[in-house]
Amino acid sequence: MTPQDFKSDQPVRWCAGCGDHAVLNSLHKAMATLGVAPEMTAVISGIGCSSRLPYYMNTFGFHTIHGRAAAVATGFKVANPAMTVWQISGDGDGLAIGGNHFIHAVRRNVDINMLLLNNKIYGLTKGQYSPTSDRGFVSKSSPYGTTEDPFIPAELVFGARGNFFARTIDVDLATSQEVMVAAARHKGASVVEILQNCMIFNNGIHNRITDREVRADRTIHLRHGEKMLFGKNNEKGLVRDGFLVKAVTVGEDGWTIDDVLVHDAHAQSNFLHQQLAMMDGEELPLAVGVIRDVEAPSYDEEVCRQTDEVRARKGFTALRDMILAGDTWTVS
Amino acid sequence: MNSMETSAPARVRSLEKVVVRFSGDSGDGMQLAGNIFTNVSAALGNSVSTFPDYPAEIRAPQGSLGGVSGFQVSVGCNVHTPGDQCDVLVAMNPAALKQGYKFLKPGGVIIIDTDSFKEDGLRKAKFETDNAIAELGITAQVVEVPVTSQTKAALEDSGMDNKAMMKCRNIFVLGLLCWLFDRPEEGARKMLREKFAKKPAVFEANSKVLRAGYDYGHNIHATVSTFRIDTDEIVPGVYTDIKGNEATAWGLIMASEKSGRPLFLGSYPITPATDILHELAKRKDLGVKACQMEDEIAGVCSAIGASFAGSLGVTSTSGPGLALKGEAIGLAVMAELPLVVIDVQRGGPSTGLPTKTEQTDLNQALYGRNGESPLVVVAPTSPKNCFDMAFEASRIAIEHMTPVILLSDAFIGNGSSAWRVPEASDYPEIKVPYVPEELREGWRAYMRRDDTLARYWAIPGRDALPHRLGGLEKDVKTGAISTDPANHARMVEIRREKIERVAADIPLQKVLCDSPEAETLLVGWGGTFGHLYTAAEELNRQGIAVALAQFRYISPLPANTGEILSRYKRVIVAELNTGQFADYLQARFPHVEICRINKTEGQPFLVSEIVEGVKSHL
Repeated sequence: MTPQDFKSDQPVRWCAGCGDHAVLNSLHKAMATLGVAPEMTAVISGIGCSSRLPYYMNTFGFHTIHGRAAAVATGFKVANPAMTVWQISGDGDGLAIGGNHFIHAVRRNVDINMLLLNNKIYGLTKGQYSPTSDRGFVSKSSPYGTTEDPFIPAELVFGARGNFFARTIDVDLATSQEVMVAAARHKGASVVEILQNCMIFNNGIHNRITDREVRADRTIHLRHGEKMLFGKNNEKGLVRDGFLVKAVTVGEDGWTIDDVLVHDAHAQSNFLHQQLAMMDGEELPLAVGVIRDVEAPSYDEEVCRQTDEVRARKGFTALRDMILAGDTWTVS
Repeated sequence: MNSMETSAPARVRSLEKVVVRFSGDSGDGMQLAGNIFTNVSAALGNSVSTFPDYPAEIRAPQGSLGGVSGFQVSVGCNVHTPGDQCDVLVAMNPAALKQGYKFLKPGGVIIIDTDSFKEDGLRKAKFETDNAIAELGITAQVVEVPVTSQTKAALEDSGMDNKAMMKCRNIFVLGLLCWLFDRPEEGARKMLREKFAKKPAVFEANSKVLRAGYDYGHNIHATVSTFRIDTDEIVPGVYTDIKGNEATAWGLIMASEKSGRPLFLGSYPITPATDILHELAKRKDLGVKACQMEDEIAGVCSAIGASFAGSLGVTSTSGPGLALKGEAIGLAVMAELPLVVIDVQRGGPSTGLPTKTEQTDLNQALYGRNGESPLVVVAPTSPKNCFDMAFEASRIAIEHMTPVILLSDAFIGNGSSAWRVPEASDYPEIKVPYVPEELREGWRAYMRRDDTLARYWAIPGRDALPHRLGGLEKDVKTGAISTDPANHARMVEIRREKIERVAADIPLQKVLCDSPEAETLLVGWGGTFGHLYTAAEELNRQGIAVALAQFRYISPLPANTGEILSRYKRVIVAELNTGQFADYLQARFPHVEICRINKTEGQPFLVSEIVEGVKSHL
């Protein structure tokens, strides 16, 4: 299969330069890599710029209502577990109006791949602050700056006991494909946060981290089983500092490569995963790649298993059998 | 072992039907005793109709007036309602007497537990004297039974503590009633055995107390009449006792079997609809997937997702939940997917009267969405009719690719009736509008059948026909997003006409109790059928010729509705709201003069209220 197999005939209508174009591209490629046929794939979204994405896929697609994509996707997956299900939401759709469905889909561990496009702004309604906008952020609905703290998506995922969390940057196509493929292969709810740029209403919001000049020093690409190294020449690493981690330069202050932590995405305990996910690109580099990937029973699979088990035990073939097995009397 | 066979009661009164009201603390097990009494009666061939009347609080303060829980049952022949008033009132304590005596017929009998009519109980029920009977001015026959002490005496050697023994009082009363109404004690015992299958000690205790109650009745029979209750002539077959909510759940399962589409329920607990979720959660044994979601919105959205995935998607709720689901139901209107939304109506607005019945969600069902958003609305008329109408709602949803709202209510949802278990062949195949082979090439998501205008249903995993749906307006031909003004007008019209055309696929409206003399048509809809039918019969008996049209199909209306309404000099719409169906009919048939009988007390109609109401309009 090729990326072309997953493209629909509809013209893509996002603004020129919008990060969504890159995400769409990455998704087409990731799907081709996965090799699940378009007719066995469903893409379900809510409302917002990024939620237009299903129209650009040659798969089953459903552009639903604001905030409810996770709930629709849950019903879809439970009803038809053979399908591979993707959910597309923005930060407003997924974490404000749809926050409840988001945390419960993660908690239930429904086998859906949730792409969270985080541009820290409401784009479709033309520029209001979102639940991921930083405190003090000035927007049309916060002309004097916001007076509230944002959600950090990873923190919500861990709070909801998530088993898969990855992060990528819209323009980093290679990492995006890598984490999308990993998300799809993970059984259970997989959340991928994509730092995405809105050219029109919040241009450059992630530049502090994503600019080419600083990206090597301000981000770290985590890969399971590999040393946590970053910097232009991988000269820096993350080491234990009591209960926390800290960044050091290998070879300085007595730190050696042996001190540098090895990433274990499959560790049951999420203690270290949380610390890694919460690094914000200031003192510690922002983590991209798969941060947590732990196997756990998925909701849809458990529903089917239980249904099969109970069916086999009771042995009813139809409604009437079940009723006749209960309390009845005969009138002749 | 049945002592009934060896004892001839002193006086035997033969009755066509009898109404018993069990009244006690909400922890006294009145619903259980009432249910067993009902089932034993149904097994004897009686028709039955029940009305549980319980408080919203799970356990209000013991002995208080607010904590009284009632269960009224009518058994006998030709039973259509639980009865306006009861022949026998069982009052487990003073509060129950105070709340319950107003339901007693003249000439009725009250059974009280004398042990609970002590200072403490009387004070909690706000009696001012120590003679509750006199204080209420009760002249009816009162049978004083020391229920508590007799129950304890029966369990003397059981080693049970006081609290556990007190829990068996309801079964003592049940035993007494079995004797009084000539019900087989063994039938009740069998049901207790099933109820307490996992607690043999509890069963043993209740079994003993049941016997004690029955024998007590035998021993005091000189002072009370016993009753022989006539039985209906009923269609031969296998029968079971069915509650409305259970019937609704089973009707959906039948529709799933008849369509070959799996059943998915997405729901959130809400009184008085939760029993539908309970029942379907049990029916994993029939392959049902019932998911308790995080809220009402997720309930309906997961059902819509399941429909898109090829299941019969269903969500169950009550009025406040329907309000929350409105936007998503609009999505199903727009995406043209099958969806069944069950609203077991309760008193509103807001939280209102969660455990009480009303018909006040009609307007919400018809109009409670943004935009031009037509859909199908149907309403079952009795507990057992919930089965048929849940089947019908599903059939229409699938064959016409539309959301359907089923307006049940607390009265029929919690009420029960004896029901002949149907054969699968009693119900028609549901024809799923799969994409026809010849249309697969070049198929577009919004292509329609010519007859019904229903979109074809391409099912993921079954049909390799990937397509995109969504809440945005779609082009009439290609199914792509469209903001074209003329196209939108066209689509609005198609969605309207699609629902109108359902009228060609539902039965014509029937008129009951009709006669050439009838100048008055009594009109009702949904769960008030039993009361309206009984009232119409009563009026005809009194020489007032009244016909009855009870509507089950609300939107669209049956094709002959206008013709029927025009046939009578007078049309009187009786409903448990301030006139929502009357307004709906009036808007469609302006030439018909519509009179109204309305009630908004959270209680079902009394037959007498309708009889008087009709007379006042003559």
